[in-house]
Amino acid sequence: MRRFLRSGHDQARERLKQDLFKFSKTVEHGFPHQPSALGYSPYLRIMAIGTRSGAIKLYGAPGVEFMGLHRENNAVVQIHFLPGQCQLVTLLDDNSLHLWSLNQRNGVSELHEEKFSTLRGPPGAAPSATQITVILPHSSQELLYLGTESGNVFVEKLPSFQMLEDQMISTEAVLQWLPKDAQHWRAFEMVEALQEHPQDPTRVLIGYSRGLIIIWDLQNSRVLHHFLSGQQLENVCWQRDGGCIVSCHYDGSYCQWKVSSEAQHPEPLQSRVPYGPYPCKAISKIFWLTTRKGLPYIIFQGGMPRASYGDRHSISVTHGNQETAFDFTSRVIDFTVLTEAASDFDEPYAMVVLAEEELVVIDLKTAGWPAIQAPYLASLHCSAITCSHHVSSISLKLWERIIAAGNKQNSHYSTMVWPIDGGTSLAPDPPQRDLLLTGHEDGTVRFWDASGVCLRLLYKLSTVRVFLTDTDPNDNLNAVGEDEWPPLRKVGSFDPYSDDPRLGIQKIFLCKYSGYLAVAGTAGQVLVLELNDEEAEQVVDHIEANLLQDQEGYRWKGHERLRARQGPICFESGFQPFILVQCQPPAVVTSLALHSEWKLVAFGTSHGFGLFDHQQKRQVFVKCTLHPSDQLAMEGPLSRVKSLKKSLRQSFRRMSRSRASGRKRRMAGNSGELQEPNARADRVGLQNMELAPVQRKIEARSAEDSFTGFVRTLYFADTYLRDNSYHCPSLWVGTNGGTVYAFSLRVPPPDRRMEEPIRAEQAKEIQLMHRAPVIGILVLDGRGMPLPEPLEAAHDLSKSPDMQGSHQLLVVSEEQFKVFTLPKVSAKLKLKLTALEGSRVRRVGVAHFGSCKAEDYGEHHLTVLTNLGDVQVVSLPFLKPQVRYGCIRKEDVSGIASCVFTKYGQGFYLISPSEFERFSLSTKWLVEPRCLVDTAETKNHCSTLNGSGVKKGSSKARSSENSGDGGGRSQEPLMERALLNDERVLKEIQSTLEGDRGSYGEWYSQQVAVGRRHNNGGE
Amino acid sequence: MNRAHRHGAGSGCLGTMEVKSKFGAEFRRFSLERSKPGKFEEFYGLLQHVHKIPNVEVLVGYADVHGDLLPINNDDNYHKAVSTANPLLRIFIQKKEEADYSAFGTDTLTKKKNVLTNVLRPDYHKKKPNIVISMPQDFRPVSSIIDVDILPETHRRVRLYKYGTEKPLGFYIRDGSSVRVTPHGLEKVPGIFISRLVPGGLAQSTGLLAVNDEVLEVNGIEVSGKSLDQVTDMMIANSRNLIITVRPANQRNNVVRNSRTSGSSGQSTDNSLISYSPHIETNFDPKDEESDEEDIIIEDNGMPQQIPKAVPMAGSLESLTQIELSFESAQNGFIPNDVNLEHTSDTKMEHETHASDQKPLEEDGTIITL
Repeated sequence: MRRFLRSGHDQARERLKQDLFKFSKTVEHGFPHQPSALGYSPYLRIMAIGTRSGAIKLYGAPGVEFMGLHRENNAVVQIHFLPGQCQLVTLLDDNSLHLWSLNQRNGVSELHEEKFSTLRGPPGAAPSATQITVILPHSSQELLYLGTESGNVFVEKLPSFQMLEDQMISTEAVLQWLPKDAQHWRAFEMVEALQEHPQDPTRVLIGYSRGLIIIWDLQNSRVLHHFLSGQQLENVCWQRDGGCIVSCHYDGSYCQWKVSSEAQHPEPLQSRVPYGPYPCKAISKIFWLTTRKGLPYIIFQGGMPRASYGDRHSISVTHGNQETAFDFTSRVIDFTVLTEAASDFDEPYAMVVLAEEELVVIDLKTAGWPAIQAPYLASLHCSAITCSHHVSSISLKLWERIIAAGNKQNSHYSTMVWPIDGGTSLAPDPPQRDLLLTGHEDGTVRFWDASGVCLRLLYKLSTVRVFLTDTDPNDNLNAVGEDEWPPLRKVGSFDPYSDDPRLGIQKIFLCKYSGYLAVAGTAGQVLVLELNDEEAEQVVDHIEANLLQDQEGYRWKGHERLRARQGPICFESGFQPFILVQCQPPAVVTSLALHSEWKLVAFGTSHGFGLFDHQQKRQVFVKCTLHPSDQLAMEGPLSRVKSLKKSLRQSFRRMSRSRASGRKRRMAGNSGELQEPNARADRVGLQNMELAPVQRKIEARSAEDSFTGFVRTLYFADTYLRDNSYHCPSLWVGTNGGTVYAFSLRVPPPDRRMEEPIRAEQAKEIQLMHRAPVIGILVLDGRGMPLPEPLEAAHDLSKSPDMQGSHQLLVVSEEQFKVFTLPKVSAKLKLKLTALEGSRVRRVGVAHFGSCKAEDYGEHHLTVLTNLGDVQVVSLPFLKPQVRYGCIRKEDVSGIASCVFTKYGQGFYLISPSEFERFSLSTKWLVEPRCLVDTAETKNHCSTLNGSGVKKGSSKARSSENSGDGGGRSQEPLMERALLNDERVLKEIQSTLEGDRGSYGEWYSQQVAVGRRHNNGGE
Repeated sequence: MNRAHRHGAGSGCLGTMEVKSKFGAEFRRFSLERSKPGKFEEFYGLLQHVHKIPNVEVLVGYADVHGDLLPINNDDNYHKAVSTANPLLRIFIQKKEEADYSAFGTDTLTKKKNVLTNVLRPDYHKKKPNIVISMPQDFRPVSSIIDVDILPETHRRVRLYKYGTEKPLGFYIRDGSSVRVTPHGLEKVPGIFISRLVPGGLAQSTGLLAVNDEVLEVNGIEVSGKSLDQVTDMMIANSRNLIITVRPANQRNNVVRNSRTSGSSGQSTDNSLISYSPHIETNFDPKDEESDEEDIIIEDNGMPQQIPKAVPMAGSLESLTQIELSFESAQNGFIPNDVNLEHTSDTKMEHETHASDQKPLEEDGTIITL
């Protein structure tokens, strides 16, 4: 009943809520999951990436980003910008063609799908007759040449996709122009290459896979020249002047042919197998690029010696006697070379390579061909992300220091300005400097500039050096093999394989005022670091914290702790560790808190928690939280179960990544293999379902449940713990079993800080009767406002807390929010979540919401993410639900687990191993792309397009959706479908590991529904 | 042993009353103001004081005029004891963990010789595995059927009370599908069902829930549209005071509450519940909701301030007897009735009391399950 009273409709409040809260997903950061196609427009200077889930993303100058999603959940196979236009054509693996346009609306450009079509052959023809293999958008801006598996080249008119049958270049038509012996050779099969003559738009180069290359006269419909090569053809390209063509072949050779020859049987000018003489892999793409100085750049993909380097993903660049084979850590999807447009020579200046897991751009102008640091498309998942931490409004001083430390690490990058610079970003400057810190499986912490649309790596911290590991961390960084042949050179940063999983980072805590950083990891290690602008050699003080103390009969069966390196260690400038606390047993650190003013760090594991004084370098105390009867935790398999689950999940991710290999158009063959494991898993799943129907036990939580001692949250507060008259520092601890401990701390005044020890005494213990895990603790001051962060008030960045009125304690468990009075703890009010709607709190944060109407008005509230993927705002201090939006699909377990809230009502979560989605609950501080791609002719062209009654596209671009209505569920994440494949695997693993907790059947039905929708859309 | 009231020499003036209190082998004598006996709690404190047993949990009994040993545990029976004491009030004190509940009772006339012997020699009774009869103060509801008057007769709203951890709720739920009557005819919709009862668990021992009962609401919140996991979480979150509305799989035992008997029994259903929900909501007593949520707070390493009522003490568990009960189907013995599918709100509801009569078996004590 009170629930109804509580949510009484107060008009004024409702209006205010509209000024304060608005949900939107604003931008996706990171590298697209499973990219499948690359396109580049030299005219717009914009790059496009397509993915296997049917998304296309356009990138220009930093901040210029567009996203679109094909309604069909099919892989994008090819992307081609139309020359001289703001349009592009995509080919999906269902053989459908889609026309996209960048249209202007309200001063910003938006990406829209205009039209789609599927090539239809004559009735009765085999499907391969119209299976498109290559696309050539003709420079006339009106025609699209489509090479097919049958060897025919179809011509369609743009933008209507109307087929021009009279212009079709059929194999029969070609055949009649060939000499008799060539005809006899049956040299066709599929079209592998279609290239327009660089100077004469009436001539087109057609390459067929059996090795025949012709130059076709479009006006007279005749073969001008033909070339026959003895090898399977992979690709052909023109040279700049049109005088020569270069073909590359299946056997790893390339040939240069002179066009002028009138010979019946022309021979190549030269033919080379660059990595011969032993059998080599195919060269799948080649560029021959001229320079003013004469020596050309020859750039080709593949061609490595089959036996010894056949597994490399390489692109070779040859320029005179400079030769480098860039060696990528993941499969190369496609690459292109940026050349000067208005010149008689190509003068290549940069090479853009899209690999499976990262984008690499090589500076071809600077000696040594260094890589250029990309301002976007960061590979977040260079090593798998294990945790993240967000820090809002960093001071300029700290920002510059971090950047300076990062610059020293990035000295190997080229100084060339980012060459892909089309479009103009109209987004206002970011309101503040925000840092996103990601912890990784390999023991590194990466610092990202999360202020704006482009998530940029600022600095990378590695904790590996503190420990003795089997391998030298600097093993393979930019190793240049001098005398080796082939001249391989590793490029890119993607390196998912961790030498030692114990190094993984689990918790991060950065104090932005003092520059102290605490980092904790998988093997119970806690490091305290300090920012130092100079390189330094120092000893890391090493302390062991025995969390079990006098527990009897304990056997830890998990991993061993890491061995610390003895003696002074040299650290590069940046964050340098000076304290290492190792928890014993070395279980995963599950919570961490740092108080930079009191110089204390608190840490907790599944066994207990401890407090460490990093000024005096002394342990203050430890407490074991194990329930005496909890044998399971006593033996410590928890970490093993957990890590097994995790490593399984990760290895499956890796599998699905590596599975995605194989060539673009031989997809059909590949997908057969792909389906097999899935089908097997399906069967297993079905069998399980038949044997035991999914059922759930209904039982109250008891004190004997396992893992009640798991420390979930730690919190420092200066508050009234014992009586109303004086406040003192305190440490609050929340466990998985619904217990809250409060310790009063005695921190000596600064002048005696080093002499007197810190004292801690347990002051309170609260056992929540519902025993749900405590995931957040917060003290509210006399005004009902959350206490400021340590040093925040001291830096005049926040009002100092009200210490006059009585303080309150907010305990957030997975099931409910509860406010208690202080110092005498008694329940004051609560908000039940699980009991009423069946959702559990997964993440909670405090955020300041500013009003979009009144500049200086703002409120502090709780931001909450539940296990159903909803985000909610709950008011402080009265715990009234404000708004609620669907954000993440509830099946997306890893997405929900990865969510991190900012202090200003925004948040991030992983939509794939490599991408963060950024969302906002606030009407202010929105960070989203607003950009303009402007050309005069674009405008005209677009207006005629719209006028001519073109059928409106079936999909809508993301950017337009954001600016449109701010609805909740309707903004169902487009990109998240990208994870569908992964998720099926994840879900299965989860259901096997967690017994019957997964709801496989439900997921399956959803999948079916998605499939049906595609069928409809495909018509 | 002499009968106490025979001694009555009317010692002292009218206003005071002599109290003779026995704890173990020790006697204490003191007097009370008969007209102002005060509260039980004060009396209890006084007893603890005179026996010098502060902080010991004890049971207080007195010998009434018939020589029966009757409990004193609240103001009412305390005042009764004081008013009937003639002239001496004989008090017997036992430590709670050693308490012999069987010594108490009103029907002790026939064995009254033994009654006091039992008290004097606490070991005596332990040989006999009696069914334990609780002290009246320990009576507590374990389950109840509620809101019978406002629910359609095809539905049953059951409240399970969970005390501490002594007994599991003991049931499982699963996904399933049920048939609903909608404006478009019969429609199959997903539903949540009870899939299993743990033998000896609370759910089974109440007899109010059965396998394949469809769960419609949890603490007043409809479960339709919620996933199995959500409903599981809701039930666990409410486990201390769980109110679930079910449509029993066996509809033949429903009580007939109106005169019209039409339609048939069984799986067919109605969706009339929806219209009830808001109404039902208001029937929840907020106090009920709160009572289950007494968090324990320990200040300054001291004693817990609030103790959940039913934390079992190790001793009492041992002294209790393990009982194996073979449960008949709880519905046996009900009159099979045809059920009217359509609930008409204007129908006068008859309150049938059969239901409560049918379950004496399950109510009689603690069953320890593994």
